[in-house]
Amino acid sequence: MTEKILLKGNEAIALSAIRNGVDGYFGYPITPQSEVMETLMKEKPWETTGMVVLQAESELSSINMVYGGACCGKKVMTSSSSPGISLMAEGISYIAGAELPCVIVDVMRGGPGLGTIQPSQSDYFQAVKGGGHGDYHCIVLAPASPQDMYDFVDWGFDLAFKYRNPVMILADGIIGQLMEKVEMHPVKPRRTDEEILRDAPWATVGKPASRARNVITSLSLDANTQEEFNRKLLVKYGKIKENEVKYIGYRTEDAEYLFVAFGCSARICEAATDMLREEGIKAGLLRPVTLYPFPEKEISRLAGQVKSMMSIELSLGQMVEDVRLAADGRCPVGFYGRQGGNIFTPEEIVSEFKKFNNIA
Amino acid sequence: MDSVTDIRKPENIVYRKPALLTDNIMHYCPGCSHGTVHKIIAEVIEEMGIQDRTIGISPVGCSVFAYNYIDIDWQEAAHGRAPALATAAKRLNPDKYVFTYQGDGDLASIGTAEIIHACSRGENIVVVFINNGIYGMTGGQMAPTTLLGMKTSTTPYGRDAKLNGFPLKITEMLAALDGTAFITRQAVHTAAAVRKTKNAIRKGFEYSMKDIGLSFIEVVSTCNSGWKLSPVEANKWMTEHMFEKYPLGDIKDVLK
Amino acid sequence: MKEEIIIAGFGGQGVLSMGKILAYSAIMQGLEVTWMPSYGPEMRGGTANVCVIISDRKISSPIITRYDTAIILNQQSMDKFEKSVKEGGLLVYDPSGITRMPERKDIRICSIDAIEIAAELGNAKVYNMAVLGAYLKMKPLMEMENVQKGLEKSIPSRYGDLILKNREAIEKGMERVKSISDNI
Repeated sequence: MTEKILLKGNEAIALSAIRNGVDGYFGYPITPQSEVMETLMKEKPWETTGMVVLQAESELSSINMVYGGACCGKKVMTSSSSPGISLMAEGISYIAGAELPCVIVDVMRGGPGLGTIQPSQSDYFQAVKGGGHGDYHCIVLAPASPQDMYDFVDWGFDLAFKYRNPVMILADGIIGQLMEKVEMHPVKPRRTDEEILRDAPWATVGKPASRARNVITSLSLDANTQEEFNRKLLVKYGKIKENEVKYIGYRTEDAEYLFVAFGCSARICEAATDMLREEGIKAGLLRPVTLYPFPEKEISRLAGQVKSMMSIELSLGQMVEDVRLAADGRCPVGFYGRQGGNIFTPEEIVSEFKKFNNIA
Repeated sequence: MDSVTDIRKPENIVYRKPALLTDNIMHYCPGCSHGTVHKIIAEVIEEMGIQDRTIGISPVGCSVFAYNYIDIDWQEAAHGRAPALATAAKRLNPDKYVFTYQGDGDLASIGTAEIIHACSRGENIVVVFINNGIYGMTGGQMAPTTLLGMKTSTTPYGRDAKLNGFPLKITEMLAALDGTAFITRQAVHTAAAVRKTKNAIRKGFEYSMKDIGLSFIEVVSTCNSGWKLSPVEANKWMTEHMFEKYPLGDIKDVLK
Repeated sequence: MKEEIIIAGFGGQGVLSMGKILAYSAIMQGLEVTWMPSYGPEMRGGTANVCVIISDRKISSPIITRYDTAIILNQQSMDKFEKSVKEGGLLVYDPSGITRMPERKDIRICSIDAIEIAAELGNAKVYNMAVLGAYLKMKPLMEMENVQKGLEKSIPSRYGDLILKNREAIEKGMERVKSISDNI
């Protein structure tokens, strides 16, 4: 029987890591996600599953520990919040360039700079468009509940190993701090050394006489080699776009107006959608669950159905650019956002919706 | 007169390239210390019979391509971050031998936080630190270990303490940390020195399985291209100037 | 059924854990629940509040501005949240932290002297449970057996004594809650 317990999103990440056979977690404290490492340290998984948990001296170091662990074919992860993710940008680029699997959790807070410790979604660009240098993408998953936080760890590792690509779980301060009922799925053991050799023949775990040495690097000084590699990545990203897009439509079947929102904003928009429906206005909501790959086909389809769309974000407007690209001028696309840790209420969304759509 | 093939018989062999050193042509300049240090690392791994249990971490700098020359599994780190990679590799694989190979720019400048904290945590890894007082790969700029008065492309009038700060004796700093087990400074300018360095590296590998902390082997090295000297002159200059600031010998050994 | 509650006071009064035990009790009763704290510097000595939503259906927005119930433990929170109680809603407060009594005429108001109960029980930590008891009496949404289970889930079993003390405090809170105005 699956156990149901009350967990914060951050705690759910930690318990999910232990219960899903993660080999190592490397992190550095930063609000609002410190409970991830605190929970891991309290649970002492090294005594049960053998999972390694280590507090690094900086986010630079923690992401490079993830890099080193991923080189060994291990399931390794880190978590941080916005300023920490900026520090990790270098390492994430290397991990993408070396085609290594790992999971990175970003519990976003407001910026730029030291910003605020309050929730925000203003790192959409950083997560989805790159963040570090070079032509690369992380697969980006956007949880909207502690249950998602729990489930996305395992899903994230599946995707990371399937595509040998870093996966980012892009949460926000609300999802990290919110406590809800979480269904804890049965335990998945850590992989054995034999399973790692089978699943990750590229791993650097010591060269036996039977194979050539494994070298993990992102360096290629020759222009043609680098270009060939970049194109190989492009093909991989194409496959990811083809196979892994995930979204949830809410009352979209007959919708005349659409909200597009992810994470905590999607939940607030769900309430706003219901409020509008009660007034007889046919609103709907599209929640991208994967931000990269982005559900552009579904948005494009809905752009032919609805009178208008609004992207609702805790930022100055970032995802809205992708919504506009997907809608491609077939319907007006508006935006409403709050910043600095201020969070819109469902009533506020309804009122902004009416303003945008000229509904009295 | 015997042909070369006639001479090449087991009973005549006095020296053999270690089997773990690949046949790739090294990109290092003639006279550079890297080649020698690579060779003795390959010898140590071969003699200990641990090729299938060794993970090397190469840095950014001239030795970024170390993975082309020693036939073991390698991870190529971002600049300065090798000790972080090694930390995870070792903690996740405690039965493996894990070492980093880093230059002075990588270890003593951009990677100071990583090396200090790997030492402080007492990671059971080996660090081979090549100190030639200059950035070789990027074309001879000042390194943290560049001597006062030494000319580089970014200290064209010689390193001036007021302008550029002092040379960093990072090895002595690391010896002060509780997590380090073995700290030594060696060189590879003579056959005797090479033997000593090799013994130190072997000791480091052995210590890394004793759960007593980090072993750190600095090799004071030449960069004759960067120093704009011939190999022979570079060795002489190193002996006369570098050793004064960076004296050779063991600094710390917790098992002694 | 949907009950939206704000619990607000100083950090250290057990605001967050009161919300957690309430949330756990609701889960034990088979209900959906969200627990959303304010977080940040105010957790260290300043005001702390938590919003708990209990529903028999899936909960969408965890962010709300109007509450069915406000549980108020200091003056700052009274100033901030008295006006946010929905018409016909409930306000529970501890008079010891209050200098200005609540003025709303369109809601039910009751008080609980929880400090006194905590003192009687000889444990300052059960203060928040006395307040919870008052609430549970005024809004009997939860079966006591589920509240008991909620306590057991929230407090490690090695603190069995504390579970007992908390239960006692809840019961005393239920007995001692005073209706201040019920003119609706």
